Amino acid sequence: MKNTIASRIADFLKNYPPFNLLKKEDLLMISQQVKVKYLEKGKLLFAEGDIGHKRFYVVNKGAISLERDNEGKRETIDKCDEGDIFGLRPLFAKENYLINAIAEEETILYAIPIKKFKPLTEENKEVGNFLIQSFASNTRNPYAEAHKGKLISDKEPVENQYKPNNNLFELQPAPVTRKVVMTSPETTIKKAAQLMSKKKVGSVLVVEENIPKGIVTDEDFRDMVATGAFGIDTPVSRIMASPVICYPQGLTIAQAQLTMMKHHINHICITEDGTPNTKVVGILSEHDIMVSEGHNPSVLMKAIQRSSSTNELKKIRHKITLLLRGFLAANIPLNHISKIIFELNDATIKRIIERCIKKLPTPPPCDFTWISLGSQGRKEQLLQTDQDNALIFEDVPQEKLEETRAYFLELSRKVNKRLNIIGYEFCTAEMMAKNPKYCLSLSEWKDQFTNWIIDPGNDEILLCSIFFDFDISYGNVYLSNALADHIFSLTKDNRKFYAVMGATTLRNPSPLGFFRQFLLEEDGENKDFFDIKKRGITPLTDAGRLLILYHQVKNISNTAERFEKLAQLEPNNKELFLACAYASKVLLKFRTQHGLENRNSGRFIDLENLSKEEKIKLKRCFKSIRQVQELIKYRFEVTPYI
Amino acid sequence: MLDFLKKKPDNLPDFWKDYEAKFQEKLPEEISETRFVVFDTETTGFDIKKDRMLSIGAVGIENKSINIADGFEEYILQETFNPKTVKIHGIIQNERIKTLSEEEAVKAFLKYIGNSVLVAHHAGFDVGVVNEALSRMGLPRLKNKVLDTVNLYRGTRIISNLINREKSYSLDEIAETYNIDTKDRHTAAGDAFITALAFLTILGKLNTDRKLNLKKLFRI
Repeated sequence: MKNTIASRIADFLKNYPPFNLLKKEDLLMISQQVKVKYLEKGKLLFAEGDIGHKRFYVVNKGAISLERDNEGKRETIDKCDEGDIFGLRPLFAKENYLINAIAEEETILYAIPIKKFKPLTEENKEVGNFLIQSFASNTRNPYAEAHKGKLISDKEPVENQYKPNNNLFELQPAPVTRKVVMTSPETTIKKAAQLMSKKKVGSVLVVEENIPKGIVTDEDFRDMVATGAFGIDTPVSRIMASPVICYPQGLTIAQAQLTMMKHHINHICITEDGTPNTKVVGILSEHDIMVSEGHNPSVLMKAIQRSSSTNELKKIRHKITLLLRGFLAANIPLNHISKIIFELNDATIKRIIERCIKKLPTPPPCDFTWISLGSQGRKEQLLQTDQDNALIFEDVPQEKLEETRAYFLELSRKVNKRLNIIGYEFCTAEMMAKNPKYCLSLSEWKDQFTNWIIDPGNDEILLCSIFFDFDISYGNVYLSNALADHIFSLTKDNRKFYAVMGATTLRNPSPLGFFRQFLLEEDGENKDFFDIKKRGITPLTDAGRLLILYHQVKNISNTAERFEKLAQLEPNNKELFLACAYASKVLLKFRTQHGLENRNSGRFIDLENLSKEEKIKLKRCFKSIRQVQELIKYRFEVTPYI
Repeated sequence: MLDFLKKKPDNLPDFWKDYEAKFQEKLPEEISETRFVVFDTETTGFDIKKDRMLSIGAVGIENKSINIADGFEEYILQETFNPKTVKIHGIIQNERIKTLSEEEAVKAFLKYIGNSVLVAHHAGFDVGVVNEALSRMGLPRLKNKVLDTVNLYRGTRIISNLINREKSYSLDEIAETYNIDTKDRHTAAGDAFITALAFLTILGKLNTDRKLNLKKLFRI
């Protein structure tokens, strides 16, 4: 029997080790035995302690996160994406799984039966060696590489490995802290510990006239003080590690990591000439290196701008999520966070459009603007959600119109597809530039808005509210400005429009019930959950949009910024508007944290899991919503006909 | 087809009786316990009566996994010449694929599907094509329950006035939405595999409350 599907699976597998080492007929035989498994986002494939499955897995599409429980907290050990193997080692060792495997996103796996695969590893020396080497290559994290069954060097062809763009990180200078916490050898352990807590550091350098004599770390306190070996009044010189490992300035990250591994230490002291005989100039900790690795926006930005494949961008996106997590954990103010994340998202979109234009046979026939709508347009998109976008192109002669549209539709299809691959799901309402309804010339857009505004029904208002929050992502700003001016000229003193828009703003009533209880969803799949988007974020966003339109303010689309601007424009309502700006930040942060924890959009919140403090905070936000809704009701003479 | 041309129940061949007997068993309630057969037929054209099957391709799905070993791919020998068959004849000759008569292929297909739930894209057409072949053999129609991915996909779209709910989605559109590779498109087995991947993805989308079962699936 001919087997089209098995050959298709073989076609995929042959690109990845160790399958590329198999003979063609063996590969086909294996492919015929594959099971194709679909995992929903967040689905657990196997858990720590589970008995080994009869099959190991290769990721075909999507991503699997390998996690370990560490004192009640889930710790990600590794992420497997396209072509990565995992879950193989336990099957060879006949052990239970030591880790959890969870679908980081929607994933398709090829499950390969170990029974059919094992004989091949015994027959084929190269395959066997590959596996032995990968099981043995335990670096920083013993579980990661062992489970993945992949050699670092096999990931990319050898000639690529030392190109300056790859692994650039390791060759960068290591991050040195200049303000070193220091103490004298006579200081008591107690004093030293107090100093460390105060400065929130994990180590203290013991110096005499700025010459390093020794170092004391958290670990030393645990091993030598908490165990009772030394009393807290003993001088630190008794427990310090000495001599201190010193290096001169200009150490690279790779060198620093190797030194730490070699000496089993977490800190390196930097001195004037690199010996323990000269003055201390700084200290370098393992922690700082790790932080700089994934958590540096400027490095990510450079990586985005240099990226040469969609897959690369997808990996960078993952790092952006890590960055976001770090920012939230560090309690950095939300407007800083949203700005940084917005810039990174924006750069990603720009990069994708740039690359798609190059992929097309001809350059764009005329000027165009790619606009992002909804949350990305409002610079409020922290988690990846749906993509909402549209395209405006310059007016062209009538006979060229459809030809021009065809070009931009083709471009949009490519861009929308790639945005989808890196994690922005397609908009379920098809509000995307690849939809011919939203890929229009400037005049067509103007007509479109005229229709919406002149005769505003419910659908029109919904469309207006989505399209009013736009931000230019790529292209010529005069197109989007011309459209904005057109909108203002239509809405100026248009009482009917404001009244309908006001009614829509009030369609989601204040989220607190009569007894100041939270209104929960009454039916559907999220029954008894609190919908923070519908009840909190949307009413505020709607209110901000309406009021800013009323004042004819252009180019501010962020809700918090809109309210801050309103506070300037209407000093008598300053307090309320500032409270609204604050509330919009709080709610967004709430949703983001929730979404990161649950790997979803964060929209539905289980109130039972909230602390009392969080509930009070939420209620305070809702009070502002109710007040601003009242204001809208009076100002725009909204009659409750909806 | 007129009823008197059909064979009387006791004259039905053994393979049909075997097929029929499998329906005594009730279908499971849970999706994870159900065997789905996702299939596609390639035909000489779109006229169910006149056109003939060129090939049937199918894969079995159990417990949300496509089991490649549980696949079906048969090519059917054409008795009459039709320009549409030239291409596939080329494939068959070049790759030396064994062909079956229509009767043999349908017989093998019945044995393969048993009482499984059939899934196809625009299922009405593919089921119709098989039923026509059955009718030429003087046999009754397929007894299996059928799901259509066009219909299921529509169920994943949000209810909004902004999109047309009646729209009929092509396999290419769905593959684009779910980012499924469309290599081997327009071979029966290739299309069956693409449909199977789409089907699994749709099940995931529909099962957001983790309570989806077979009964609910048929109501979509």
